[in-house]
Amino acid sequence: MSGQPSIRDTFFEECEELLEALVEGLADMEDPDHSKETVNAVFRAVHSIKGGAGAFGLDELVHFAHTFETVMDKVRSDTLDVDPELLRLFQRSGDQLADLVEAARDDRDPNRDIQVVVLAELQKYLGDEDEEEEIEFDAMGLDFGGPLDLTDISDDSSEPSSQMISIRFVPKRSLFENGHEPLLLFDAIAELGTLTVSADISAVPDFDEFDSDEPHIVWELTLETDESETVLHEVFEFVDSLCDITITVHRNESASEPPPAVVDLGLPEEPVAPEPSSDPTAAEPLAKPVAVASPSSPSSAASAAAPAADRDHRGPKPTLRVDLDRVDRLINTVGELIINQAMIVQRIEELDLPSGANLTNELEAYKLLARDIQEGVMAIRAQPVKPLFQRMSRIVREASDATGKSARMVTVGDSTEVDKTVIERLADPLTHMVRNAVDHGLETPEKRIAAGKDEVGTIRMSAAHRSGSVFIEIGDDGAGLNRPRILETAINKGLVSPEADLTETEIDNLLFLPGFSTASEVSNLSGRGVGMDVVKNAVQALGGRVSITSTPGKGTTFTIVLPLTLAVMDGFVISVAQETMVIPIASILETVTPNARDLHRIGLNGEVLRVRGRYVPIVDVAHNLGLERNSDSNGNGVLLLVETEMQELNALRVEAIHDQRQVVIKSLESNYGRIPGVSAATILGDGKIALILDPEELVKLNSGDVAPMPIIANQEELHHAAHT
Amino acid sequence: MTTKVLAIDDSRTIRNLLRLSLETAGFEFHSACDGVEGVARFSEVNPDVVITDINMPNMDGYGVIETLRTKDKTSVPIIVLTTESSDDLKARARAAGATGWIVKPFDDTSLVSVLRRLTGHAA
Repeated sequence: MSGQPSIRDTFFEECEELLEALVEGLADMEDPDHSKETVNAVFRAVHSIKGGAGAFGLDELVHFAHTFETVMDKVRSDTLDVDPELLRLFQRSGDQLADLVEAARDDRDPNRDIQVVVLAELQKYLGDEDEEEEIEFDAMGLDFGGPLDLTDISDDSSEPSSQMISIRFVPKRSLFENGHEPLLLFDAIAELGTLTVSADISAVPDFDEFDSDEPHIVWELTLETDESETVLHEVFEFVDSLCDITITVHRNESASEPPPAVVDLGLPEEPVAPEPSSDPTAAEPLAKPVAVASPSSPSSAASAAAPAADRDHRGPKPTLRVDLDRVDRLINTVGELIINQAMIVQRIEELDLPSGANLTNELEAYKLLARDIQEGVMAIRAQPVKPLFQRMSRIVREASDATGKSARMVTVGDSTEVDKTVIERLADPLTHMVRNAVDHGLETPEKRIAAGKDEVGTIRMSAAHRSGSVFIEIGDDGAGLNRPRILETAINKGLVSPEADLTETEIDNLLFLPGFSTASEVSNLSGRGVGMDVVKNAVQALGGRVSITSTPGKGTTFTIVLPLTLAVMDGFVISVAQETMVIPIASILETVTPNARDLHRIGLNGEVLRVRGRYVPIVDVAHNLGLERNSDSNGNGVLLLVETEMQELNALRVEAIHDQRQVVIKSLESNYGRIPGVSAATILGDGKIALILDPEELVKLNSGDVAPMPIIANQEELHHAAHT
Repeated sequence: MTTKVLAIDDSRTIRNLLRLSLETAGFEFHSACDGVEGVARFSEVNPDVVITDINMPNMDGYGVIETLRTKDKTSVPIIVLTTESSDDLKARARAAGATGWIVKPFDDTSLVSVLRRLTGHAA
């Protein structure tokens, strides 16, 4: 079946949505006044996963979902009360379900260690009778609960030879009410062999008493067939309690012998022809059930039907699934459009048209439209951070389990949309930060109580759009950073000099230094050899920044600031050794046109800038890119102050800043290769290619020539160096 | 004339699987994602046979069957598609007016033959 893989994909996509609904529902269940519908929704989510998983033969997933669902069903039917412990088990079950789905999707073995434990805990809530009721995995349920008269069933498989089966079929009124049609049933039986049907209409009343809803005909059927009797039961499966059936098997010694005579009921009417399917009209006038007029009283089942008036009818938002490649191609094309537009603008400007000319006005409108298209296309890649945050709630749970702390997670702004790639690449850093927040940030319950705080700690995650950037915060209400200890660790590890006089912010930022780890004994949770420097690198790779604020006794908050999109960025168009280049605005703290008296030489090539009493190393961009610095250019050029991941301030020297504009990022690596100090390229309005500089790397390149001089180094030393 | 099937199921996966099986077998396929939509679609589509899930938001399968049988007064076959095959479920479904049931995971061939049998159409 060619469509199979894509249906499988849809299944996993749907699973993700269902798991999301599950997490949401379970969170809502924490509210003691949660509605019945909340429980139903949670149940349905698990149930639907099970249903789909069954279709793809994912037995392990089906089994887990079934157990989960069965316990959930007890809650739904009010035979089990939800307490915090059970809710927690449900949440953990949800986590396991997510794991199983993921494992099935990636076609790998799931981690069964925790799964077994959770499964066992779920089973504790099930009585023996529940466990017995294991679901069947056969393709069709074939059971015949009804009072069928099964004769000779024991040896019906032993001999496939032809046999005569007589069937007495007395429909009940409910047979018609349930949408059955005897003639169609006979058609199905006729397919099994040669069928003779006769109708006993002796019970049909006179016209005056005739009730069209009541079946009045008794049917006698004789079937000569090679099929086993079981097949016949399949045909009657759906009608077993809607009629009285008597089946009698007469084994034929020889199939060629004539069948025993059809029981003659002494009917005035002639028997229906042996091939009723070819001539059903014979019995039609009487047999056609007129079930339409059956205002049978609504049974008790009606009350089970949720009233349609339920206001909770939130149909899924209509969505369109599109191959990501197509979106990326479109984004690329829009990028070209922006470049092309910039070129047109430039050409038109070169024409030097009078201001207010029609063309200029139209051009403005065109620019706005192009911008709208660009934003619209970018929005396609944008996704809410909600699933990412939901994953973090699981991390909080696992981390608090592992550390014996109690923590809850609060999320704010989880509908904030961020580029898909950003979301994907943030998962690991966020996981690490959330783990850290629980492990290092929060105090033990005892300490919290002693400090007069709520025993349960809070991890707060928020997301928001502010001035063209995305802000993501991870905060805890723990003890705050232990600055003396951080400083001590940094000194012991030789990361800062013992005499360094650091501000609080500078101490906090030591956490981001490579190889820094505060946990005095490495805990098995966050001490996995991954430091905050990795987090910082990951964020910077996305063109973002991360910072810390901390208040003793109140907690610590990490703030990640990211660009809205990875495809376009705001940059300064600069010139370096007569080449036009672009530098990301986000990385620039300040631009300085230096006075000669603020520039100081150190050593042979070193140069520093004095800015507000601080000495900042100067990085000559041209020199570090291996370009000849233009000696004619106006003296000292322009200095761009940038901050590196080591929290060092550096001044990048360029010739001039020409413009500030949005540029489309074009990767160089796939076409050209990696150039140190250059992150990508773009195409400017005049059609020229401009390199996009990577300030971080330029500083690193530079440090080969100039001794690293962190701003946290002793000021006296700097002065001394500057004056020798 | 092609046989029209209306499938009511809140699982997109199941709807997709049904669509694939039934369209391949030559049925005209229509679907709805919950009971309320299902009942509404029924009047629009006027199907020859209905397949419904039991556990659904807004209106469950029993409700769908009841509504179709009592309000719409239809006598078309209504098949319950369900993961559990307990006698209790069958009894309830039947009391509501279900014609038959198919246990998930379903098998294409059996499903198609059941539908053909109940509708009396080749497809």
